[in-house]
Amino acid sequence: MSATREDRRVGLTLGALSSLVLLLIAGMIFFVLEKAWPSFSHNGLSWFGAKGEVDAQLTEIFNSPADPNNYVYTIGAWPLIYATALVTFLSVALATVFSVLSAIFIVEFAPDRLRRVLEPVVRLLAAVPSVIYGLIGILVIVPFVADHFVTEGARESVRFVIQLDGTSLAVATAILTVMITPIMIAIIVDALRTVPQGWTQGAVALGVNRWRAMRTIAVRTARPAIVAAAVLASARALGEAIMLSMVSGSVGFAPNPLDGYIFLLEPARPLAATIVDNAEGLSVVPFGQTLYAFAAVLLVSTAMLSLGGWYARRALRKYTVTR
Amino acid sequence: MSATPATTPAPPPPAPPADAPPAQVEAPGYAPSWSVGDKIGVGLAWFAGLLLCVIAGSIVIYMLVRGIQYVSFDLLTKHPQPSLDQSKSGGFLDPIIGTFVLTILGTLIAAPLGVAIAVWLSEYGKPAWLARAVESGIEIVAGIPSIVLAIFGLLVFSNAAFGFLSFTAEGGAVFGRSFFTAGAMMGLLALPLVVGATREALQAIPIHVREASYALGKDRASTIRRVLLPAARPGIATGTSLGMGRIAGDTAIVVILLGASLQLQEENSFPILGDLKGTGSTLTSYVYNNSPAGEGNAPEKAYAAAFVLLAIVILLNFAVDLISRRRKVSWQS
Repeated sequence: MSATREDRRVGLTLGALSSLVLLLIAGMIFFVLEKAWPSFSHNGLSWFGAKGEVDAQLTEIFNSPADPNNYVYTIGAWPLIYATALVTFLSVALATVFSVLSAIFIVEFAPDRLRRVLEPVVRLLAAVPSVIYGLIGILVIVPFVADHFVTEGARESVRFVIQLDGTSLAVATAILTVMITPIMIAIIVDALRTVPQGWTQGAVALGVNRWRAMRTIAVRTARPAIVAAAVLASARALGEAIMLSMVSGSVGFAPNPLDGYIFLLEPARPLAATIVDNAEGLSVVPFGQTLYAFAAVLLVSTAMLSLGGWYARRALRKYTVTR
Repeated sequence: MSATPATTPAPPPPAPPADAPPAQVEAPGYAPSWSVGDKIGVGLAWFAGLLLCVIAGSIVIYMLVRGIQYVSFDLLTKHPQPSLDQSKSGGFLDPIIGTFVLTILGTLIAAPLGVAIAVWLSEYGKPAWLARAVESGIEIVAGIPSIVLAIFGLLVFSNAAFGFLSFTAEGGAVFGRSFFTAGAMMGLLALPLVVGATREALQAIPIHVREASYALGKDRASTIRRVLLPAARPGIATGTSLGMGRIAGDTAIVVILLGASLQLQEENSFPILGDLKGTGSTLTSYVYNNSPAGEGNAPEKAYAAAFVLLAIVILLNFAVDLISRRRKVSWQS
């Protein structure tokens, strides 16, 4: 088939449109980093470090004098970064276990009837807007935790540092787990279904039971997909802002694992939630630049995670022989 | 299997469950053994699957109960009013309109662009390095948090060059917040979903369909227009409805880039354009602002609006279900 002129024109137009996406990403990284640069350059590497009360520093920046030479930029964002990493890591770890088990159930053990219910259920859980998760969290789960888990003794013991009012690391992690699990299930179920049936059937024919066949053969074959799912889910978890700003407590505080179980009840506000909570301050120049610095950190890290997940999934596609 | 002596009438083996793999016909005496650990594993898998159903069920039922409790005709048809007294603060007509307008705007951007990118990736894809870069680019866009998209949009659209899209103050400062600017960023949010579903649909069309079209003397462009795109229509529809659900459910972009003003604030009195250049709110921002996290603190109204929002999202989901169920085109003759 020889390409006609029309053909070439269409190809070029579509190609140019598609390249817009690349231009957009480059522009986004450039502009956000440019806007954020003063915050980074004033602090150097200690931007990522701990320098005491992060909320006090934010207030200081917000109230900095109007003269551009006297802008205050001093911030050590460690409590926020730590909270982000902690919430993300805990919920992705929980969601990995939960989603692998559910995927095995959906692919292998669920009776047909239940399977037909489960697929829409997973899609529904993925589609529920984050603000609804946040609403249920703040109106139902947070008061429940405050009434049943936060003891008077625990409240007393940290009274001079923070308030334990139920908005906590534990609630944030639990809801975030529910939010990212469906994304992971979708990817893992797809991968488990592409495992050649002959492999698991061969194992079963050798006298291995169905659970062992799934665990030792199907799940192992699908391992790259599980990694990819976890990576993509962490990108989603990093960027979740609204739900976390509602339930994680509006205090820039780094929960300390040495506090025992109170650790789980301590508030922790991640980067994305910090941006939402302080959005009114975007027009104050140094404060806005600090918020853009938070956004830059999120942008770069989610971009890396997305690329990582994409490569992991490409690798998987190479290995699967049959569909 | 045939070792069973003919003299003893063997009891009929119990019918295997429908979902059992066919390979389960193992020799007698070699029935797979289930250790305690294996049983626990299966138990956990059942637990996880049922827990999913319970979580989804309780969310839907809880919101339904609250919705029936609080939604009233007045709430749906009255404009919101700024008032501390909740009996005077009106309903959420404006946020409902805002949700629809924003969803349509975002879809108008995402659907054509997404289909174009998917067609190029799947049908042209040359040069290969560029196609790979675009593919990973789409993946990156899918991973960008909406809060980052929102403040990036604010950065871009506050430029004087984009002043025509939003409100411009006396001194020439561009506000940057409007339905147009929020819609543009919402388009980016939905774009990866449209690209993904369309691409999958295009790749499911076997190569011989394309070859048949070429053999009839059609070139690639008209094959795409006349053969491939019509066949991929269910995929496009699926991706678009997924994207619409994503747009309707997003809060961060609305809070930051739409201004989240209670009522629709038109920029000028020009019929439709004036409204689109103005700010407004959607159901998501209404829920957020009326929850204890926002200023309104009226849980009943937040519940009612959340119920309407959830109903819209579930309807979109249902549409996806219907579309994908109808997609049973067999290419084998």
